Amino acid sequence: MRDLIEDVFLGAFHNPLLAPLEDQASIDLAKFTSKGDRLAFTTDSFVVSPLFFPGGNIGDLAINGTVNDLAVSGAKPLYLSCGMVLEEGLSVERLREVVTSMRVAADKAEVLIVTGDTKVVERGAADKLFINTAGVGAIPKGINISASNLCIGDKIIVNGFLGDHGCAILLARNELALETDIETDCQPLNDLISTILAVCPEIRSMRDASRGGIATVLNEFAESSDVGIVIDENALPLRETVKGACEILGLDPLYLANEGKLVAVVPADKSDEIISAMREHPAGRDASIIGEVVESPKHTVVMNTAFGGGRIVDVLVGEQLPRIC
Amino acid sequence: MKYVDEFRDPVKAQTLLKEIRQLVEQIDIVKKRPLQIMEVCGGHTHSIFRYGLQEMLPKEVEFVHGPGCPVCVLPMGRVDDCVALAEMPHVIFTTFGDAMRVPGSKKSLLQAKAEGADVRMVYSPLDSLKLAKENPDKEVIFFGLGFETTMPSTALTVLQAEKEGITNFSLFCNHITIIPTIKAILDSPQLKIDGFLGPGHVSMVIGTSPYNFIADHYHKPLVVAGFEPLDVLHSMWMLLKQLAEGRHEVENQYARIVPDQGNSASLGAVEKVFELREFFEWRGLGSIDHSGVRIRKEFAEFDAEVKFPVPNLKIADPKSCQCGEVLKGVIKPKDCKVFGTQCSPETPLGALMVSTEGACAAYYNYGRVQIEPREKTASV
Repeated sequence: MRDLIEDVFLGAFHNPLLAPLEDQASIDLAKFTSKGDRLAFTTDSFVVSPLFFPGGNIGDLAINGTVNDLAVSGAKPLYLSCGMVLEEGLSVERLREVVTSMRVAADKAEVLIVTGDTKVVERGAADKLFINTAGVGAIPKGINISASNLCIGDKIIVNGFLGDHGCAILLARNELALETDIETDCQPLNDLISTILAVCPEIRSMRDASRGGIATVLNEFAESSDVGIVIDENALPLRETVKGACEILGLDPLYLANEGKLVAVVPADKSDEIISAMREHPAGRDASIIGEVVESPKHTVVMNTAFGGGRIVDVLVGEQLPRIC
Repeated sequence: MKYVDEFRDPVKAQTLLKEIRQLVEQIDIVKKRPLQIMEVCGGHTHSIFRYGLQEMLPKEVEFVHGPGCPVCVLPMGRVDDCVALAEMPHVIFTTFGDAMRVPGSKKSLLQAKAEGADVRMVYSPLDSLKLAKENPDKEVIFFGLGFETTMPSTALTVLQAEKEGITNFSLFCNHITIIPTIKAILDSPQLKIDGFLGPGHVSMVIGTSPYNFIADHYHKPLVVAGFEPLDVLHSMWMLLKQLAEGRHEVENQYARIVPDQGNSASLGAVEKVFELREFFEWRGLGSIDHSGVRIRKEFAEFDAEVKFPVPNLKIADPKSCQCGEVLKGVIKPKDCKVFGTQCSPETPLGALMVSTEGACAAYYNYGRVQIEPREKTASV
C-alpha cells in the first residue's frame, strides 16, 4: 500500500504540506485569515460511471466539483483532501491517469491536495473507483452570498451552454446508441467568480448547477428567498447537439447536470456590466441573462416558452427517463 | 433543427390562433357550452402542457385528456406480475423507463430493484435480446408495453429471437390497441366529446382508415395530429373548421409521418406474432373486449406467461383513486380529491402521476399555476 501511495499519489500530488505523510496536514492559520474572515468548508463524493467520458474523467470532476462548491460562496479555494476507495482489480495505469488529471486540474484551479486516504475493497464491493473529497477556503470580508438574498427585479445569469455534462455522461454509458461529439463542460469556476466579484461584490446568490441542472438551483433559490422566478426559453444557451439529443430521447436540458456552470443572481443595474466582464473570461464567453426574480407566483419557477405560452419548471422527482413512444 | 424549429414558430402560432378564434364563433355548440375536444394520446397531453397550449386557445375550447397512455392504464395486478417475474432468481427483467415507477399493490419495479431484483431499463426490445445473448445463464424477460406504436418493434424482436435460436429470451406482453379504447369513450354516457385529436404515432403504424367508424357511425370529426405545438394548433384548426362547416371526417394533419394506409411491414410483423385477447383489464376503465394482444401459440417459447408462473390477480385500485374518471376525461386531474396531496410525483397513488405522459403528471409538472400567454410579434 505504501508503494502504491508513494508511486501513484505522492508522485502526482507532491507538495510540502503532503510530503511529510503524517495522519494530518498542518496548515498555518494565517493562510486563511490573510484572505478572509470565514472558513468555507465542503465535502463531496464522486461515483460517476463510466470513469472516463468525453472530455474528462472522475479525477478532474472531483477536483473541479469541490473547487466550485467552495468558489460559489465567494471563497478562495485553498486546500483539498482526497479519499479513494479502489475496487480490487482496478488497473494501476487507469488509476495513474485519473490521478494525473487531478494534479492538472488542481494546478489550474491553484489548489493543493494536502491529505488523503486509500482503501482497497474486494471485487464487487465498489464500482471500480469512488473518490471522496473535502475542501477548505477563505471567504473575504464583506462577501455574503446566499440563496435567501434574492430581491424582486434581480437578474439571473448563467456562464454558458447548459446540459453538456449530463448529456455526455448519458451517451457515454452507451445504452442509448446515439453518436455525438458532446463533451463534458467540467472546469474550475473560481477565477471567473473572482472576475464577477471584482465588478459586483454584492451579488445575491450563486450556485453551481450540477446534479439536477439549473432547474433545481432556481427552485432552491425561489424557495429560500420566498420569491418567484421567470426565465425565458429563448435566452437559454444550448448547443444544437444537446437540443437534438434531448429531443430524440425526451429529456429536458434544464435538469441535466453541468460541471462548469454557475447560476448567479445579481442586482439588475449591474447585470450588463457583469455579463461584459464574464464574456472577457474563457469560462464565461457565452454568459447570458436568462431571467429575473418576480414577486409571484412564490416558490415557483416559470418559463416563458419560445412558442408564446408559459409553463412551470418544477422540481425533478427521481431521474429523468427517456420517452417510450 | 429540422422538423422541430419550423413547427415551433411563434409567429405562425399567432396566425393560427387568430383563425381559430374566428372559427369558434361560427360553431353553434359554443352558444350553450365549451367545446370538448379529446386528445387521445398521452404524448399530446404532454405537448399541450409543455407549451401552455390550453391557455393560448379561446376559453370556448376545452381539452379532455384521453386514456392513450399505456403506462397510465396498467392495472396494479399487472405490475405485481412484473415484480413477481423480476424477483425470480436468474431473471433479468427489462422494461421501458416509466413503467419502473408505477406502484403495484406492494411495490414498484424500482423498489424491487432496490431490494435486489435485477431490473434494467432498456430503450428498445433489441437491447433485451442483446442482454439475453450476453447472459446465456440468465432468463431475460422484456416487458412489452405500449399501443400499436411499439408493437412492431416487439414483434420484430421476437422474430429475430426465433431466427437466431435464442432460448433464454421471453416477452411479458402488455400491448394494447387503441380502437376499442376510443369506442369505449364514445359509448360512455358520462362524456360528450365533440371531436378528437388522433394519436400521431399509433397512426404511423395503423394508418387512418381504422378511425372511419368514428366519423361514419358516431358522426364525430377526428384529425390525426403531430406532436409539435404547431401540429396541435393546426390540427385544432382543422377540427374546428370541420365543426364550423358541419362535417365529420377523418383527416390527417401529420401526413409527413403518417401514411394513410399505415406501415405494411410493421402490420405484417404484428399480425404474425400477436393475436387479440378476448378481453383485457385496463386501470380505471375496467375490462375492454379485444383491447389487448397476446403472443400466438407458434411463439409460445417466447411467452413469459407460458414459461413462468405469474400471479395474474385482479387488484382493485385504492379507494381514494379517481384514476378512472381522469382517464375517461370525466374530471380534470386537479378535480381529483387526492391530486397534489396524497398523490404527487414523489408519492404516486396511480400511474397517471408517474408517467411522463400521464395527465396528472403533466398537470402537476407543468400546469399547477395558471400562466397567461404573451402575444408574440415577428421576431428580429
